Amino acid sequence: MRFIFKTDYDQDIRILKHGGYWWSYGILLAVLALVPFTVGSYLQSQIVFVFIYAIVGVALMILTGFTGQASLGHAAFLAIGAYTAGFLQSHGVPFIVYFPVAAILTGAVGALVGFPALRLTGIYLVIATIAFAFIVEEILARWESVTYGNEGMRVRTLDLLGQPLPRDGEGFYFLCLAILVGAILLALNLLRSPTGRAFVAIRDSETAGKSMGIDLAAYKVKSFAISAAVTGMAGVLFAHKMTFISPEMFTLLLSIEFIMVIIIGGAFGVHGAVLGAIFIVMVDPFLTALKDDLPVLVSDIGASLGMARDAAGRLRDTMSAIGSAAGLKGAIYGLIIMMFILFEPYGLYGRWLKVKLFFQLFPLYKKATFKRQKTYVKSERNR
Amino acid sequence: MSLFTVDGISLQFGGLRAVDSVSFSVEKGEIFTIIGPNGAGKTSIFNLISRLYNPTSGKLFFEGRDITEVPPHQIAKLGIARTFQNIELFENATMLANLLVGRHCHATTQLWQEMLFLPSVRRAEMDHRRKVEEVIEFLDLQAYRDKLIAGLPYGVRKVIEVARALCSEPKLILLDEPSSGLNVEETDDMSFWIRDIRTELGITVLMVEHDMTLVNRVSDRVLALNYGKVLATGTPAEVQAHPDVIAAYLGA
Repeated sequence: MRFIFKTDYDQDIRILKHGGYWWSYGILLAVLALVPFTVGSYLQSQIVFVFIYAIVGVALMILTGFTGQASLGHAAFLAIGAYTAGFLQSHGVPFIVYFPVAAILTGAVGALVGFPALRLTGIYLVIATIAFAFIVEEILARWESVTYGNEGMRVRTLDLLGQPLPRDGEGFYFLCLAILVGAILLALNLLRSPTGRAFVAIRDSETAGKSMGIDLAAYKVKSFAISAAVTGMAGVLFAHKMTFISPEMFTLLLSIEFIMVIIIGGAFGVHGAVLGAIFIVMVDPFLTALKDDLPVLVSDIGASLGMARDAAGRLRDTMSAIGSAAGLKGAIYGLIIMMFILFEPYGLYGRWLKVKLFFQLFPLYKKATFKRQKTYVKSERNR
Repeated sequence: MSLFTVDGISLQFGGLRAVDSVSFSVEKGEIFTIIGPNGAGKTSIFNLISRLYNPTSGKLFFEGRDITEVPPHQIAKLGIARTFQNIELFENATMLANLLVGRHCHATTQLWQEMLFLPSVRRAEMDHRRKVEEVIEFLDLQAYRDKLIAGLPYGVRKVIEVARALCSEPKLILLDEPSSGLNVEETDDMSFWIRDIRTELGITVLMVEHDMTLVNRVSDRVLALNYGKVLATGTPAEVQAHPDVIAAYLGA
């Protein structure tokens, strides 16, 4: 087991806490740098989506994981970022200008959405953000002079300082990776400075935060603005990755996917955003494959077990009917969320920490280490 | 001039007068205790002082300045810190993070600097950390630095709350029942610390307390409260001998 002897306050402040971090993150970056030259274009494309989802995951982590303000409106922030990019690019604005503009504009909208958050908590805030997402969706569909309405908008290839970065190329891959790393560093920097601690304080006890000198209103608005701005950056990349954007891409289901990213990843650390993004992006092709293959597989098994040919055929037809039923994806996502909340409340990252601790403490690991126990009732009077 | 003065403050919840024109003043460097039966309005007074409640009438003065209209998040910056009766720590953060939040009212760095974590932010963080470390040393909390609050026992949390309040370098500290839920030994420690806070750190203490042994041991002056009204003020012995106080506790 590693024991770190601390001799300097900086050891608690720096991000890479000890030599092991340099090794593990160095190797991870090296592997990621090799990806575009080794894996196929399909997998590379999926990894780019993981990056984009992870950027949104980091944004939601700041808002929901750290500040404790739930949001089901992040698809709308993504849309604002994407449409800003598409619109400005079509008017000849270069990437290095419209990328920050999209982030700032989305951040400003996020700050506006943050104002209701000053009065709303929990489920009511979620409802307010859903309402915001619907408003944005409707505006995108109606404001045809800018967004081309439901016909959708075509987004041209990203042009970075005269260097075209096609959506399947390695240039675009590295751009997404760089922006993800930047977003992660931003979140970590916030976490180790007064603002991030104020966010955590708001999440855990608003009353105590207030009496410690935290201006709740200002920090909630800041949290919304930062989260929205980071999502807006992801929106720009999303627009260039899709090359075509239309209002029906930014629905409630997408917002739910983003919330799933942090619930599945573990809503207490930036690692969770990345792990959750990997899970969500990879679960979709898995479900698609399952939809095609499972009915055939089951009926084949049924037939080989002596099931009558027409009965097996009916079973296959029923299963593929269920598989192509509308809304099945939503139902499966709901099921996954419920399972995670019930059985793995700390998400994949929490599980990883437990596995790590198991090996660090081997053979002394106790099963009850992470058992959740009833804690003291907190004062509700001042809320 | 007194450090802190409460001038005829009242708090009305509908038809209930939780605090009824209470006046008292706390001198610099004293330990002032508010006692009274359950529901007497002690914690309400604290919540009025830390501006979580708005008084119906009356005024609060701190260092001669009227703080009745100051928003709650600026109270800490003025130099008034508090603890809570039922512990309001940030459960899912480490003790260090909790104590560093106590330093929030001294934060000088801007948001954009923090996003980039400029060298100035690092220096400021080191300074905060040094101050926090002094408090950790003072209250013997070295063992819990990186522990999550959620896993710590009640007695330790109680001390950490005091520590968090001390981290803001207050001039006046409000302790809401510092000994509630503590065993005899922990209460003893707490009484030593309360006196050390006053003598070593020079911080004026205003506390609400039920444990009369602790009250007698540390307080300079005591105020007895019942049904929101002041019954008596004076030394611990005077107040305990006061017929109204005896009637309030024993029902004469």
